[in-house]
Amino acid sequence: MQESIVNGLLVVVALLAVVLQIIGTKPSANMTRKQKTMLWRILAATLLLLVLQVLDASAFAVFGVAGRWIRLAIFLVDYLVIGYDILRKAYKGIRNGQVFDENFLMAVATLGALALAIYENGDYLEAIAVMLFYQIGEWFQSYAVGKSRRNISELMDIRPDYANVEQDGALEQVDPDEVAIGTVIVVQPGEKVPIDGVVVDGDSTLNTAALTGESLPRDVHTGDEIISGCINMTGLLHIRTTKEFGESTVSKILDLVENASSRKSKSEDFISRFARIYTPAVCYAALALAVLPPLVQMFALGMDAAWETWIYRALTFLVISCPCALVISIPLSFFAGIGGASNAGILVKGSNYLEILSQTKVVVFDKTGTLTQGVFEVNGIHHNEIEDERLVEYAALAESASSHPISKSLRKAYGKEIDRSRVSDIQEISGNGVIAKVDGMEVAAGNDKLMARLGIQAIPCHSVGTIIHMAVDGKYAGHIVISDVIKPNSRQAVRSLKAAGVRKTVMLTGDAKKVADQVAETLGIDEVYSQLLPADKVAKVEELLNAKTSEKARLAFVGDGINDAPVLRRADIGIAMGAMGSDAAIEAADVVLMDDDPLKIAKAIKISRKCLNIVYQNIVVAIAIKLLCLVLVALGFASMWLAVFADVGVMILAVLNAIRALFVKNL
Amino acid sequence: MKKTYKIDVDCANCANLMENAARKTEGVQNATVNFMTQKMIVEFTEGQEPAGVMANVVRACKKVEPDCEIFL
Repeated sequence: MQESIVNGLLVVVALLAVVLQIIGTKPSANMTRKQKTMLWRILAATLLLLVLQVLDASAFAVFGVAGRWIRLAIFLVDYLVIGYDILRKAYKGIRNGQVFDENFLMAVATLGALALAIYENGDYLEAIAVMLFYQIGEWFQSYAVGKSRRNISELMDIRPDYANVEQDGALEQVDPDEVAIGTVIVVQPGEKVPIDGVVVDGDSTLNTAALTGESLPRDVHTGDEIISGCINMTGLLHIRTTKEFGESTVSKILDLVENASSRKSKSEDFISRFARIYTPAVCYAALALAVLPPLVQMFALGMDAAWETWIYRALTFLVISCPCALVISIPLSFFAGIGGASNAGILVKGSNYLEILSQTKVVVFDKTGTLTQGVFEVNGIHHNEIEDERLVEYAALAESASSHPISKSLRKAYGKEIDRSRVSDIQEISGNGVIAKVDGMEVAAGNDKLMARLGIQAIPCHSVGTIIHMAVDGKYAGHIVISDVIKPNSRQAVRSLKAAGVRKTVMLTGDAKKVADQVAETLGIDEVYSQLLPADKVAKVEELLNAKTSEKARLAFVGDGINDAPVLRRADIGIAMGAMGSDAAIEAADVVLMDDDPLKIAKAIKISRKCLNIVYQNIVVAIAIKLLCLVLVALGFASMWLAVFADVGVMILAVLNAIRALFVKNL
Repeated sequence: MKKTYKIDVDCANCANLMENAARKTEGVQNATVNFMTQKMIVEFTEGQEPAGVMANVVRACKKVEPDCEIFL
């Protein structure tokens, strides 16, 4: 019965090897030479093993006494075919003083099993099968890891291969590295923008999905700034470069992404420390298992020592104990998590940050530019006698000489070209406003102090924001409210953070208390601190850090990067907004949201949770199964067959589970 | 000075071994091996010639992991 199962298994392995070998001939399979060679070795060893199975010991009886040794020799050849590299590596390891690795474990286990089989003149099959299945497991792991590694890298690869430079009327493809600042490059539809620059000619639509995860295309026209990494979708663009390739957005991001998994998380450190202690520990345990019970049986209990049984159990123990499943799956999970996040427009600078992000319990926001657009807009016009458009027009004309942000918003609200000839006698009253003659009428635009100064009764406003009172020819004409606009997703973002398990949300701002309180109330934020200077923000964050209940409740600060750099560094984890092209943000923050969308904060936390969950699952399940098998083996309930399947099976499961971290679309 | 090299290594544990070997090489301030992107980032001590140091790094890595490859 068992023999037919084994034969069946070997036939399946042989067929699988042939099929994989055929698949491997296709270039899309991306099989390395090493992997193909290994497949041939697996195939050869399996076929030879099958032949030996069919010709059992009796077939060699024709050779007489020598038959036994001839059979052994053929088995040994088979063993060497499948396992010579393991033996060589184990030998090298011992010579280099690094005795305890998985090669050593496998070499000792299989050689030991062979020796036992020779001693008992029994079944050589087991030792070879263990080596064979171990190699199959290794092959699968190497292939799966290699393939997912490439897939994830491709996902993150926004590297442009060339830049088109026009020379003598013909387009020439050059290395982006060689393009000097100020060169005009041509980007055809379907090509990536290789270098940051300004559009000098052409209109088109850009796909920024690779940079921001945002699927909505962006329109660009002549004069617009353009960042590298976008894909030009519709029209031909001529771009004058403003940066070198190395300084362009795409290079910066690539650099960040490529170095991301070099920063190791605590879990990864734990695993490499664990592997360093675990392997020697298992080896000594196996030695103890081989020696102690027989001695106890012999001397204390006066029974037969049963050396063979205990040595066999000790060898089986070694087969199970390979730490490969852990060592490979943990970094793979983090890598997949970082890859998935970057595909969603969230750049995480290292696996350690992914780990901290998953423990975030307090989120501190900066207001302007993070929860609000940071752009002041006309939000209301009240108590006016004349039409809204006229009032805005007068205000814009009166303020036409000023460069204050408020006058910019007025001009933007007016939307048309300012005809300066309609304005005369502009009189700026510092801290109050402006008085000017517009179309011959006297227009006053400013705060209530200006109105009081002119002796005009102003109607106070209940709205929050900057209020511009208007008077035309000495008569009150109403007021314009200018305020920062809350981002459309901010409210939803705060709510989904709460849903994701964030306990407290805090808003810090340099803005006036009234404005801050109103924004916080609209968004449902728990605590607000207003009228803070940049230094106060750092102090506030430190205060909040000290008030934390436990080490595991991390504090995240979300800011727009440029003036928030010190706070971003001080917090447990700094999340930067508005990163498109802003170097300060990319440098100071640990996590960069590519498209300013505050909803992505919750998404980032969810991605990190999923990734960390997978990591813990792998650690716990792999260690639990191994320990269980170790106990079973020590008690004599498991054979070496079970051992190798447990080892290979756990590894395959762990690798497949790790790849799950890549799928973050529906979080 | 910091330099990045492309490497070719099969297993995550071997990558860790290479990292340790590279760190112990003379003239190397710090080294990180990134198995996932198959890259080795070496930070050289002040005044060291990268080419000479890298030859030793390659030798040290080959010793711990004969299958590895570092593309200089």
